[in-house]
Formats: sequence, C-alpha cells, structure tokens
Amino acid sequence: MTVDSQGTATAGSQDAPGRAAGKSQTPPPPSGAKEALQPSRGRRSLPGGLLPYLLVTPALLSMAVLLLYPLISNLILSFQSVNRRELIRRETPWVGFDNYTDLLGNSEFWTVVLRSVAFTAANVALIMAIGTGIGLLLNRLGKKMRLVLSLALAFAWAMPIVASVTVFRWLFDEQFGVANWLMRTLGFSGYEQHNWFETGFSAFVIITALVVWGSVPFVALNMYAGLTTVGTELYEAARMDGASGWRTFWSVVFPNLKPFFMITTFLEIIWVFKAFTQVYAMNQGGPDRATETLPVFAYIEGMSQQHYGVAAAISILTIVMLLVAMSFYFRLILKQEDEQ
Amino acid sequence: MRTRKPLTVGAVAKNATALVLALIFVFPVYWMFSSSLKPQSEILSKDPVFFFTPTFENYSTATGVDLFWTYVTNSLIVTVGAVLLALLVALAASFAIARMRFKGRKGIVLIVMMAQMAPWEVMVIAMYMIARDNEMLNSIPLLTAIYFVMVLPFTIWTLRGFIAAVPVELEEAAQIDGCTRGQAFRKVIFPLLAPGLMSTSLFGFITAWNEFAMVLVLNKDKTNQTLTLWLTQFQTAFGDDWGATMAASTLFALPVLIVFLFLQRKAVGGMTAGAVKG
Repeated sequence: MTVDSQGTATAGSQDAPGRAAGKSQTPPPPSGAKEALQPSRGRRSLPGGLLPYLLVTPALLSMAVLLLYPLISNLILSFQSVNRRELIRRETPWVGFDNYTDLLGNSEFWTVVLRSVAFTAANVALIMAIGTGIGLLLNRLGKKMRLVLSLALAFAWAMPIVASVTVFRWLFDEQFGVANWLMRTLGFSGYEQHNWFETGFSAFVIITALVVWGSVPFVALNMYAGLTTVGTELYEAARMDGASGWRTFWSVVFPNLKPFFMITTFLEIIWVFKAFTQVYAMNQGGPDRATETLPVFAYIEGMSQQHYGVAAAISILTIVMLLVAMSFYFRLILKQEDEQ
Repeated sequence: MRTRKPLTVGAVAKNATALVLALIFVFPVYWMFSSSLKPQSEILSKDPVFFFTPTFENYSTATGVDLFWTYVTNSLIVTVGAVLLALLVALAASFAIARMRFKGRKGIVLIVMMAQMAPWEVMVIAMYMIARDNEMLNSIPLLTAIYFVMVLPFTIWTLRGFIAAVPVELEEAAQIDGCTRGQAFRKVIFPLLAPGLMSTSLFGFITAWNEFAMVLVLNKDKTNQTLTLWLTQFQTAFGDDWGATMAASTLFALPVLIVFLFLQRKAVGGMTAGAVKG
C-alpha cells in the first residue's frame, strides 16, 4: 500500500488538500511553476486562436464569481457599519475607516493578533522540527520499519479534520479520557477528573497537539522524499570526514534541501494562521474566548455578535497578514525558478 | 538481498524510536475505531479497556439519528458534484495552459497559483452576506458551487502537469492519422490521464468532504447540512455517548482513510511525475 521504501511514495510535492492545518485547499506544488522556463517538449505545437480563451473561460469565470466577487464584497462590507438592525433592514451605511480604526485601537484585537501569531509560531516550529526529525529518521530506517512508520503517518494524514477533532476531545475527556488515565498511570497527581479545556493555555495545548499530529506527516514524508533525491554519497562523504550527525545535517542536508524547508515553512505558516476548523470545532474559541485566533474571532464577531462590518474588517486585516506571508512564498517560488 | 547489519545500540534506539512514533501517530485513529466498537459499559470506565467483545450498538445509535441519511446524501451530492464539475472545467483550462500558447497564458497560471491560497475560511462572513442577499442560504447548489471553486485551482494545476507529461508527439501522430484535435484528445490523451484524474479527484473529494466553515455559516437548516456538521452536532446532542460519537467519527472518516491508503502511492507517485514534468 503506502510507501514502497524507495521514496517514490509520498514524494508528492502536493499536499492532500486540507491536511496540514485545516485549510481547505492545496498549495501549489513547491516544485511547481517551472513551466515558464522549461522549453518543454510538451507544449510546442498548436497555435492559438480563440480556442484557448474559450477553454479557460469557464474556469476564470467561476473563480471570478465565487472567489473574486466575495473578496471584493468583503472589502466593501468592511467599510460599512452592518449589524443586526442594518442586516434586517438591508441598510448599508458607509462609515469609511471606522471599523478599522476601532479595531486597531482596541486592545482585545491586538491580544487576538498576538495570540494568533504566537499560536502559529509555536505550531509551525513544532511541525517543522518534528517533521524534519522524522523525515531524517525515515531515511535511516530499514525497509520494514520504514513501512510501519510511513503507514502510521499516512493514517494521521488521511484522517478528516472534523473526525480528528472529535477523537482528540474523546482522548482528553474529563472523566473517561485516555489522557487522564495515562497521566495517572505515569504517576502524576491531580488527573482524576482533570478538565483539559479549563484554561485557554491548556486548550491550546490540545489544539496544538492536534494540529501538529495532523501536519507532521506532510512534512516528514516529503522531507524523506527530498532526502532520497539528495543521494547518499554526500552523507557518506560527510561521515567519512568524521562529521557528527548535527554537523552533517547543517552542512549537507540543510543546504541541499533549503528550498524545501523554506517553502514548507511558509506553507505551514499560511495554513496554521488561517486554520479555523481545529480551533473552532474543538472548543468554539472558549473557554471565555481565550482560544480565539483571528479567523475564529472574525467568525464570532460576525455570526454570534452580528457585527458583520467589523467581522469583514477583521478578515481583511487577516488577509493582509496572510498576503505578507504569501508574497514571501511567491517570491521564493519565482526565485527558485530563476535559479534553475 | 541485503546483508544483515550487526545489531548496534544505535540501530536498536533508531527502531525503538520509530516504533514509538508509529504508535503515537496511529493511536488516535486506533482509539477512534476501537472505542466505536466498545459496549457502553466499557466506554464509561475510568481506566481504559483494551480488550473487549466488539459490538455494533454504537453504529446503530449513530445511524439511527434523525436525518442521518439526509446528511449522507447531502455530503455525497456536494462532494461528488464539486469534484465532477471541477474535473470538467479544469480539463479544458489545463489543456489550454499545458498545450497552447496564447497571450495572457502566464497571467492565468499566476491567477491559478494565487487562487490555490485563497483564504476561504476567513471569507465566511462575506459569503453569508452574499448568500443572504440573494436568498441562497441553505442551498445545496450554492455549497456545491463553492466547493467546486475551492478545488478548482489545484485540479487545474495538477491536471496541467499530467497533460504536459504526455508527449505531444502522440497527439500529433493521431492527428496525422486523421483524428481531429478533439478526437486526438479524447482517444490519446484522456486515457493516459487516468492516474491524474484519479489523484486529483481523490484530493478534491477530501477537501469537499471535510469542509466545515462554509456549511457552518451558510446552511443552518438541518435538512441541508452535510456530515461534517452532523458530526460536530452529534457530539453536542449525544453528550457523553462517546461510543456513538466515535462510531459517527469512524463512519465519517472511513471512506477517506480507505481510499487514501489504497490510492496514496499511485496517486501521489503519479502526481509527482505530473508536477515535475511541468
């Protein structure tokens, strides 16, 4: 089934959509976008005319209607004061930058921003460290053990997010959860009926465990696939020269796989930052709004508090922050292309 | 056959670490499945029970919920509908991008790349407002259309790679033999795209099957919701009935787990080929 030990397996530079952090779409393949440069044998023939435009029109049109149009209405909405009353009366009073100035002057907003950034940083650091570690380990394992570990990773990868949220709630259940039993068995006191969702920090620990568990397989299996392309001679040479494992990693593996590390890190940043399902489905942003990250904050401001205009402004600010990360990502991809 | 290496401390540590990691990664999935088969009495035990006589009572509780089959039907409609639409539209677009040269081609490639990163989760409020103003809340067709556009960019992207990987000579040969361009596509390229179509539809299926934020906001009416919401609400409604909740989770996850494990190597292997040969 899964990995056939030669690394052809999950060599996908594509991700199963929705895996890493609850995002619902796939990234462009990190290795992608080469086409502009390769004088590929694939695309010489066939002069243009109208046909190509006809062929791409349905795609462009549907993206314009269902993606661009909502984006623009989101932007417009963020300059309006639309709350419950206006919604019912279908009024759209313009308020200029009021929603933005209110938000930017609100300490609660900045708390959520800082929390989102810290949450993203912690998760991405863990995902990259653990994923890299497991990728390196996969590369050094024997055939059978590699198959066992890859299969386990594939299970975690394929698990639908909503299902895994439910399972994690069960694992950390106050009364009958296996986590409390494990803590008791390991000899820690105070885990008789420990409520893991009592404080925001503890709830974040569970959410982080879930996100990291679900995201590591993507990094690890792709890392392993990347390692198999580097070739063993380099490691052998480094080992012959008496380099330590650490040293080998930093002077052989890392430089060779630098594009992989950069691109994966940026993708994970984007995914974790906009992750909604894991955070919201786990605990609805609670306890006491303590696990609200930016997307959850926007959702609760909008749908529960019915401050639609403010919610739109929050989402625009979130998109702006995402755009910064994305611009790095795109620059990286383009640069990678130039180097080839 | 490889020669067996001597067993060193390092090798033992390496394998032990791998085994522990494998257990950690597979444990939540195993725990979901095993809990779903446990009788109520074993679920409500302070110390977890690892050996038990399996029962299907949890599954009958889960599937006996009002509207269960409505949720299943809705999920299948939106998912399969979105994937089929995306394949159709993407085939046309990716064929143009991979095989033809025309003005604005690069721009379209860039648009597709950017659309792949679209922050859908963040746009739910705007989606809600638009759907409401157009009297389209609780609409299965709207949900299908949104999922279609969600999976469209990466469907175009991957198919483009697969099409580019098919030697253009094959197509030319068919045309020399008297096929029209359309026929050449249908008879020569299309059959070769089978693995590509399989892997893209698998990933599209997972995305749409999983989607949570949009259906949460747009479809408040229970008869128009999908299994994703059914699962989260099931948990609230059934409180501490963790056995039934785990049965529900298993029912939700099983199709994806099975298909993914079966197709992963073929799909992802083929996908790499497609992506690399762009």
